[in-house]
Amino acid sequence: MNLTAAELLERQSTGDLSAEAITQSFLARIQQVEPKLRSFLAVDEAGALEQARAIDAKRRRGDAMGILAGVPIAIKDVICVQGQRATAGSKMLEAFVPPYDAHVITRLKEADAILIGKSNCDEFAMGSSTENSAYQTTRNPWDLERTPGGSSGGSAAAVAASEAPLALGTDTGGSIRQPAGLCGIVGLKPSYGRVSRFGLIAYGSSLDQCGPFAHDVRDSALLLEVIAGHDSRDSTSVDRPVPQYAKVVESPVQALVIGVPREFFNQPGAQATGGLDAEVERSVRDALKVYESLGATIKEISLPHSPYSVAVYYLVATAEASSNLARYDGVHFGHRAKEFAGLIDMMKKSRGEGFGAEVKRRIMLGTYALSSGYIDAYYLKALKVRRLIRQDFDRAFAECDVIVGPTSPTAAFKIGEKTGDPLAMYLSDIYTISANLAGICGISIPCGLTKTGLPIGLQILGAPFTEEKLLRIARMYERETDWHKRRPAV
Amino acid sequence: MSLSADEVRRVADLARLELSDADVDAMVRQLGAIVDYINQLQQLNTDAVEPLAHALDVHDVFRDDVPGTSLSPDEALANAPARKDDFYRVPPVFGD
Repeated sequence: MNLTAAELLERQSTGDLSAEAITQSFLARIQQVEPKLRSFLAVDEAGALEQARAIDAKRRRGDAMGILAGVPIAIKDVICVQGQRATAGSKMLEAFVPPYDAHVITRLKEADAILIGKSNCDEFAMGSSTENSAYQTTRNPWDLERTPGGSSGGSAAAVAASEAPLALGTDTGGSIRQPAGLCGIVGLKPSYGRVSRFGLIAYGSSLDQCGPFAHDVRDSALLLEVIAGHDSRDSTSVDRPVPQYAKVVESPVQALVIGVPREFFNQPGAQATGGLDAEVERSVRDALKVYESLGATIKEISLPHSPYSVAVYYLVATAEASSNLARYDGVHFGHRAKEFAGLIDMMKKSRGEGFGAEVKRRIMLGTYALSSGYIDAYYLKALKVRRLIRQDFDRAFAECDVIVGPTSPTAAFKIGEKTGDPLAMYLSDIYTISANLAGICGISIPCGLTKTGLPIGLQILGAPFTEEKLLRIARMYERETDWHKRRPAV
Repeated sequence: MSLSADEVRRVADLARLELSDADVDAMVRQLGAIVDYINQLQQLNTDAVEPLAHALDVHDVFRDDVPGTSLSPDEALANAPARKDDFYRVPPVFGD
């Protein structure tokens, strides 16, 4: 079923489709393509059909319907759904069944969405290709030899291949925008504090945000509207009104000024940081021409500290991760080693067995950066440069509405291509990572295909809490093009 | 500057992480490369810059002290690797 969430809502209100028929159709699609893609760690077939029947009954009774009534959604496996296993892609949490719902799940249930399954991801959301999952390798629906990106690769692949019209992911350094770009769909990272983190399995707490995957901007707006807003259980969730994003997306922004950071592009004699691919650059420049044709002013800007963002991120995120993942000690929940000698040895062995290589690497790096003798040179230094990165954005947003550039330096890379070189993998997030450090919002929308048929993502970044403007600007481009309507032939 | 195997073992001990000798070798190589990359930050003069730990102005948030429902002992202990009565069961804390 190749319909968007908005179309599925429409077809149900006219009586053409029932929630049960929709759910059955997506479950059949999952059965058909899952052996090739492996987007899901668990599909809740019985639960999804039960939810669908309850929603159909509600409609027959004439009750008020939730704003995502009867629309299936895939949930990244770092998000807790009560009573359903949440592994975070880790052997550490192989048997973990959360006793409560994440705030975003409560909101989805109130909106009558249908939770269809848990999608694969890099272990504890640490990775850029979903290859760090302890369970399976997800494949890019556009080319099965390639990764879907990561860490929310299962969510992105599921939507791209129409296994679900919507999905939730989390983005700590690009984990929504990068896989959305590599899979040819829309992915949005909200501003830090826009969406409650209650019930997300924590990675980097000052960076993590939960956000939507969808085929188009309108569906993204709809899903953001459902999950955004204050929650007293996350003290960093901000108490400010949630606009009706889906209603406003069709109004273009007048006198639009787009900032284009020179650091994101190749310059004569100097390659962009991360090595921007020529085909990607051409598609992004074409997209800028579309905006120009709509009357936008394109302004070259500078984000002078952006080349340092990967270095800052791998200190800040790993320091926070080393603290967050200290809870997996074999005591309260998660894996416990079978054989050990005493308490400390139990903890060391449980963690040594339960965590995969990338998680261990990041815990080690974070512990090192916070350890006595190094904290000033590494962690505090990184926090100072983090402020410089934020100030770059503040200055830029004083003179432009949004910043536009590529989502990733290249289209989807091959499975196994970067697994032996962690640093090369980290650099694939060069354009997305600074938004998390600065707390701003960003979206990736499809803006082209390479000659070999791989999707290219356009990243649009906005000042904190300007999701409404960001979505309207993304929609302006989308209306002029049909890249978002392309589907992989999987 | 790169990391020695002893340094890697010391950090692993702080992180309560058991590493095999092969893991230690790989960490020396991979963390060394990452630390070398990260050292580019030392080029920047940040003497006059305040650290930014958080993108928002975060401050303590208090709620009213009202009793509410919480997980039952069985729910709270459902994921425990080992349990005795209403307690988490762990190996002896003293004497190892």
